[in-house]
Order: sequence, then structure tokens, then C-alpha cells
Amino acid sequence: MKRREFLTIPRQAVGGLLLYTLAGEPFRVSAQQNGDIRVPLRFFTEAEARVITAACERIFPSDATGPGATEAAVVIYIDRQLAGPYGNDKYRYTKGPWVESYPEHGYQAKETPREIYRQGLRDLGDGFAQLPVDAQIQKLTAMEKSRFFQMLRTHTIEGMFADPMHGGNAGLIGWQLIGYPGPVMSYRAEIDKHYGVPYRPKPRSMEQIVGRKPALWEDEKV
Amino acid sequence: MPNLKAVDVVIVGGGWTGLMMAKELTSRTGLTVTVLERGIPRKTSDYALDMDELDYAVRLRMMQNIAEDTITHRHSMRDPAVPVRQYGSFLPGSGVGGAGEHWNGASWRFLPSLFNMRTHLAERHGAAKLPANLDVQDWGVTYDDLEPHYWRAEQMMGVGGKAGNVNGKIMDGGNPFEGARKSEYPLPPLRNSHLASLFGEGARKLGYHPHPAPAANLSETYKNPDGITRAACGYCGYCERFGCMVGAKAQPSNTLLPVLQRRNKFELRTGCWVRRVVHKDGKATGVQYIDAKGEEMFQPASIVILATFTLSNTRLLYLSKIGTPYDATAGKGTLGKNLTHQVEGSTRVFFDKPLNAFMGTGGLAMRISDFDGDHGLKGDEGLLRMGMIGVLSNGSRPIQTFDAMPRGAAKSNWGSDWKAAALKWRDRNAIIALSGEHLSYKQNFMDLDPTYTDKYGDPLLRFTLDWTDHEHRQSEYAKEIAQKIAPAMGAVLAEPIGGRNRYNVINYQSTHIQGGTVMGASPESSVVNRHQQHWDVQNLWVLGASCIPQNASHNPTLTILATTTWAADALIDRYLKHPGLVA
Ligand SMILES: Cc1cc2nc3c(=O)[nH]c(=O)nc-3n(C[C@H](O)[C@H](O)[C@H](O)COP(=O)(O)OP(=O)(O)OC[C@H]3O[C@@H](n4cnc5c(N)ncnc54)[C@H](O)[C@@H]3O)c2cc1C
Ligand code: SF4
Repeated sequence: MKRREFLTIPRQAVGGLLLYTLAGEPFRVSAQQNGDIRVPLRFFTEAEARVITAACERIFPSDATGPGATEAAVVIYIDRQLAGPYGNDKYRYTKGPWVESYPEHGYQAKETPREIYRQGLRDLGDGFAQLPVDAQIQKLTAMEKSRFFQMLRTHTIEGMFADPMHGGNAGLIGWQLIGYPGPVMSYRAEIDKHYGVPYRPKPRSMEQIVGRKPALWEDEKV
Repeated sequence: MPNLKAVDVVIVGGGWTGLMMAKELTSRTGLTVTVLERGIPRKTSDYALDMDELDYAVRLRMMQNIAEDTITHRHSMRDPAVPVRQYGSFLPGSGVGGAGEHWNGASWRFLPSLFNMRTHLAERHGAAKLPANLDVQDWGVTYDDLEPHYWRAEQMMGVGGKAGNVNGKIMDGGNPFEGARKSEYPLPPLRNSHLASLFGEGARKLGYHPHPAPAANLSETYKNPDGITRAACGYCGYCERFGCMVGAKAQPSNTLLPVLQRRNKFELRTGCWVRRVVHKDGKATGVQYIDAKGEEMFQPASIVILATFTLSNTRLLYLSKIGTPYDATAGKGTLGKNLTHQVEGSTRVFFDKPLNAFMGTGGLAMRISDFDGDHGLKGDEGLLRMGMIGVLSNGSRPIQTFDAMPRGAAKSNWGSDWKAAALKWRDRNAIIALSGEHLSYKQNFMDLDPTYTDKYGDPLLRFTLDWTDHEHRQSEYAKEIAQKIAPAMGAVLAEPIGGRNRYNVINYQSTHIQGGTVMGASPESSVVNRHQQHWDVQNLWVLGASCIPQNASHNPTLTILATTTWAADALIDRYLKHPGLVA
């Protein structure tokens, strides 16, 4: 069996992840003695996870406007997605013949998300995480048109704003950033009020609302 | 192949139309009715945990698994077709309730002129002036025929709205351009979102007639004529692509299924993938399917009804070799012709104040119909038909709306300045959209793909479809109108989206794909007659949008429910008494 890989993240780096853990049951993470968090990885190796973390941080940086992909633990989200049926194209039509076509026909190649990431990781190189920020940006800019980059960008946004049950949006940090309340059963008393002024109820995750961890589709069908 | 016990009626497809027909048959006759649905069973309590944008709206948990069945597409007969490998410009449903579980709930009636389009256009422009490739036709059924059926469907679902024309009397606040209704809507309209109210005010200032969309998302708690009570909508914003966890959105699972479950001559079998309608000497004898365990079955039946949505309805007839395939070159044959989608034309508008757009519901829209059909056209626009223009507040969720921003607001679509611009414009933008009629043309059609197959090895359905100059012109005209409305509604910026692009199978548009088994007055021009009975195989009936000869500007579900009870009346009151072609 493959050796289980973990991503060790310092407590300060993932503001929300630890917060979330303390608030509810341990959420796939366990705080270590020294305060680091060790997250078991399902798809990436630890080295790969560090490269992806760095690349996602360039796409959605932590900066003056607020937290970014590292704090939201986007890499954990991507890891889960790639390990699940989506990563293996279980929900894509994958019969041949494979032919190239017009852009209006979308992605027509055979490579699965897992294969695209493994190639993308090779293209970024093992040392990507250690490069200076400018060099990282340069490298990603050169790859902007690739399927890998486009996926990584899309997945970063997903990992920022999907319900934390999927591994990202740690501590609801993505929703806090944009003032999104998460799933709320009823706005019946609010819909026709607050015209022109921000109405920003405190975000809550599905798990916080229903009091248990919802079954994940990606887990159900693995 | 095991032969099952014969039933009187087998209905293929357990969505809106299939279950509606089952309800009519089991309520009004003593016939045994079996519905075969290829997806999973569903009930309201399944949706308690579905407010998850990722699984449902992005990964499309409720849709037909595209790995198992899809379509191929080419822009013209000269091009090779390739499969649609991931969704998609439309999203076929699967499972009990079909797409009716995860629809928005917009519940419009079609304009009267849609039902006799060929006659209407010929009268207006002269038959000789119409483009040679135009393939619009009369349905054989009129708006007046369907008016009582519209009313039945509105009552069943609890549609809320504001009538604009009751028995010819124009009513303030409603749509003055609609066909005459016999009565006001069963429920009042939904409450207004900020966006809807802004659009309404802006449009009114310009002299247009804004009106709320009729919605099957209950504006108030409602008990329908079948005795089913449902709760009022909470504007939670998880409508489109989700099932409603409180049952406020009318879905087959919360309106029809509760009635059917009380009927002892009704059976619903899930996981049953129908592959052929079996027929002999011009009569259907039953259907062949693969059941949930993977076994091939034959279900004998006296009457076969197809209710599998446009794609499967058309494909099943092709695979079963029923009817005459359409030959676009010769202009002969009927099966597969009149493929249409709907025409879009969007303008993104930006505001300096937040919209709180995460609140909303699938049917919460404000529209103008001043340019719908052709009543608003002067003749110099280069257009035969237009459509409705308006805004929709169906709940903006963060993943799919995150980075809408004005053009040039960021250097690229990632990094610090992109993030800053996205945060700046978040919740401060919206779309003014056209929902435009799509005329049918001789060159747009469906047939079987010669190369690609589904999971059982049956050929996929192939689309030959592209936009013409008329559709581009519709979009452009809508964008010109939106440019006027935007400042009137307080927008600081309005940017048209897209240009004269070819048909795109990737970007979601709507699931209003229509045609393929169109209805009409003669077997030369249609696959089914005006009652949706197959011309050649008369104990075979076909339901749903596949029977619609040209695409309306309006969402189709209310109309296909109306045509389903219209067909049910013919089947029950006439065919059962005198089997044969119902005139
Ligand atoms: C996201 C979305 C939003 C929408 N919003 C609106 C709206 O606001 N207003 C509106 O009017 N319409 C809307 N629609 C369209 C609406 O959902 C459809 O018009 C309606 O559901 C069609 O009903 P139907 O019974 O014809 O088909 P469906 O509801 O699609 O049901 C067909 C059923 O047949 C089954 N089936 C298919 N092939 C086979 C086979 N070979 N064997 C056995 N079973 C089979 C399918 O699994 C499916 O359950 C929307 C659709 C989508 C996807
Ligand atoms: S918005 Fe209303 S109808 Fe839609 S899912 Fe929420 S409660 Fe149901």
C-alpha cells in the first residue's frame, strides 16, 4: 500500500482551519503538540501539495484585500477532488475516438484531471514553492493558456468558496471575505428589505446548520 | 429476454410530463400504468442537505451522468461532429421528477402567435417574403385550445403572478402583451428583490411595461386541487440545479408523486433504461429496457407513451425505426427536424451599491414583453421575432459568480489585482438578459451519430445546429435596449457580453432544447398529430418539448404540462373509446 502522506501546516498559516477544528469535531485535521496541523493527503504527495499551495497562493493571494488560498486550505480541497471520482473523469464522456475540435466544443482530450495535474506539477518543477514570488508569477504566466492552469484557477475559486465539507474554505474564511452567509433556509422576511445597503448575516456551514457532517457525493461514489 | 406481465400503459420517463400523464390516466381510468425511469428514486427529504453549490451546481449531481449518455454536435452538415464531453449549454435531468426537480420554476404561457407561427408570419409579411430555409409551422393546436389546460397546470403547481390580460381586459402591473387569460393567477407574485425592483422602475421610466415573472415557487402557502399543501418559498437561492428542501418549488416529487402513490394501479420502476419501442405491423407492443440489475427486459403494453425529454424522445424513435427520418438535403421526412434552443443576448450591468443577490428564488424575475413576439417590431430592425428582456434573482452563489467585473478592471484573471477587482464588484453586478424566440430552420436538426455510442453501445443523438444572422441580430437588438434600461435603473456601467459567436455547447444557456418529434396538422410536416399521437404507430404517444415546432421566448414547462393534459384528454376521452387516429 502507498505510504500515507501528510501536509503539515503551521497553525498561523491556516487561520480558519484550526478555528474550525476547535469549533466542531476534528475536521480531517489534528493539531500537533507544537501547534502544527497535519492533514492526511489522499492524492498529492507532501512535496506536490507544497507546490500546489504555492501556485494557488499566486492565483488567489493573501494580501491587503484579505486572506487567500493558503488560509482557506484550498490545496486540501483540490486533493479531495482529485482523489474522488471527478479526478478520474467519472462524470465526463470518455469514449473515443478522441479528436480535436473547435473551442465551442470545449475540452476534447483524453487526459483526466489527475493526469493533467501530474503533468502540470512536472511543468512547474519540484522547486516551484521555493522560487521568489516574481519567478513564480512569471512561470504561471507562461502556462496561463494550459488546461492545467485553467483547471487550477477554477479549482482555486471552488476551494475558496465551496462549503468547508469539501476541504477548502477553512473556517469559512472565503465566505467571510466576500460576505456570503452560506446556506440559509429562509430570507422570506429579508428579501424585499435592505435595498441598496449590505445585508451580511454571519456565515455558517452546512455542518453547523444541520449539526452533522453531510455525506459527500465525492465520497459516496469512490 | 424475460417477458414481464403486460400492462395497459407503459410510460417511459418519470419527469413532469410522464408523471402528469400517469396522474391523469390513473385518476380517470382503471388502466394499469407503469412508469419506467432510468434514474434514481427521489423524495422531498432527499433535499434537506442539498444547499451545496459544489456538488449540485458545479459538479451537477442531479443531472444525467454525461459519461453514460450525451449528444454529439456539429455546426453544419459539412463539419464532423464531436461528442459533448462535459456539460454544457443545457442540462438534461435524471431520476424521478426529471429536470422538474432542479428547474427554476418560471411558469409562463406562450404567446398565441407561437401556435400558428407559419400562418401568422405569412399573414404579416406575405408567404413569399419569408426566408426559404425557415421551417416554422403551425402546431395544429391553438392558444385557445390550451387555455383551460394552462389553468389546470397553474393550479396544480400554485403559480403566482400578475395577470396582464383577463378576458381581453388589460390589467395594470401585469403583462399587457400576453394571450387572454380567463382568470387571475392562483397566487400573487413573489416578493421583489432589489434588482427586480430596480429593473421595474427603470423600465417603467422608459415607458415599457415591466411585470413579474409567473413562478411555481410558492409566494404563499398553497393547497392545490389535488389536496396537496406546500409551504411558501424562503428565497434561499438554492433553486436552479437543486431540489427544494421545503417543497415550495413545484416539483413532480412534491405535486404529482404524492397523488400517484395513492393509486394502486400505478407502478414506478427506477433504474430502467429504455432502449427500444418494440412494434409490429404498425402497432407498438411494448418497450425493451435494461433494468437496475443490468438485465434486459421486455415490458408488453397496449399503449406506449414517451416522456423522456427532447433528446431521448427523438433518439428512441430513431433507434426503434419508427417514423421517417428527416433528410435536410431533400427537405423530406420529419423525425429529427425543427431542432431549436433559445436565443440569448446579455448585458452585464454594474452598480455602486450592493444588491444582496444571494437572496432570491428560481422564478423571481422582472421582465418586459414590449419586444416579445413581433408586436414591438416596426419592420426596420431586420427581425421576424424578438423575445423578453429582463433580470433574474435566482440566488447568486459564490463559486459561479465570483469574478464578474468590468472589462479591463484587472490585468489578467488571477493574482492580486484580479482579486481586488473581483471583491470590489462582487454583489454589485447583474445581467439584463434576452430570452429570445428561436425560429426553426431547415439546416438545424437531430439524427443518430455514425461514430459515438452510449454506455450500452447505442448510437448517440447528433445535433446539427448553429445560429444564423437572425439570432445574432436578436441578441444585438436586445443589447441596444439594455443600454437604454441600464442607466434608467441606476447602473453605473453596462457592458454587452459576447458577439456573433457560433453555437457553443459549453456555456450553460437553458435546458429548453426543443423539436425532433414535432406536432402538426399532417404526417408530411410532423411526427405526431395535434394530440401528440404518432401518425404511423397510433398506440404510441409522445410528450414534452420535442413536440414543439419552434422555440418560444418563454420557458416551456407550463406549456408542456398543458399539452400533456390536452393529449391526455384525447387519449382518455376519445382514443380509448375508439382506438385509431384521433382527429
Ligand atoms: C437547470 C434547469 C432549469 C430550468 N428552469 C426552468 C424554468 O424556470 N422554467 C421552465 O419552464 N423550465 C425550466 N427548465 C426546463 C424543465 O425542467 C423541463 O422543461 C421539464 O423538466 C421537462 O419535463 P419532461 O417531463 O419533458 O422531461 P424531464 O423532466 O427531463 O424528464 C425526462 C425523464 O426521462 C428520463 N429518461 C430519459 N431517457 C430515458 C430512457 N431511455 N429510459 C428511461 N428513462 C429515460 C430521464 O431520466 C428524466 O427523468 C429547466 C431545466 C433545467 C435543467
Ligand atoms: S428559493 Fe424557495 S423554492 Fe427555491 S429552493 Fe429555496 S425555498 Fe425552495
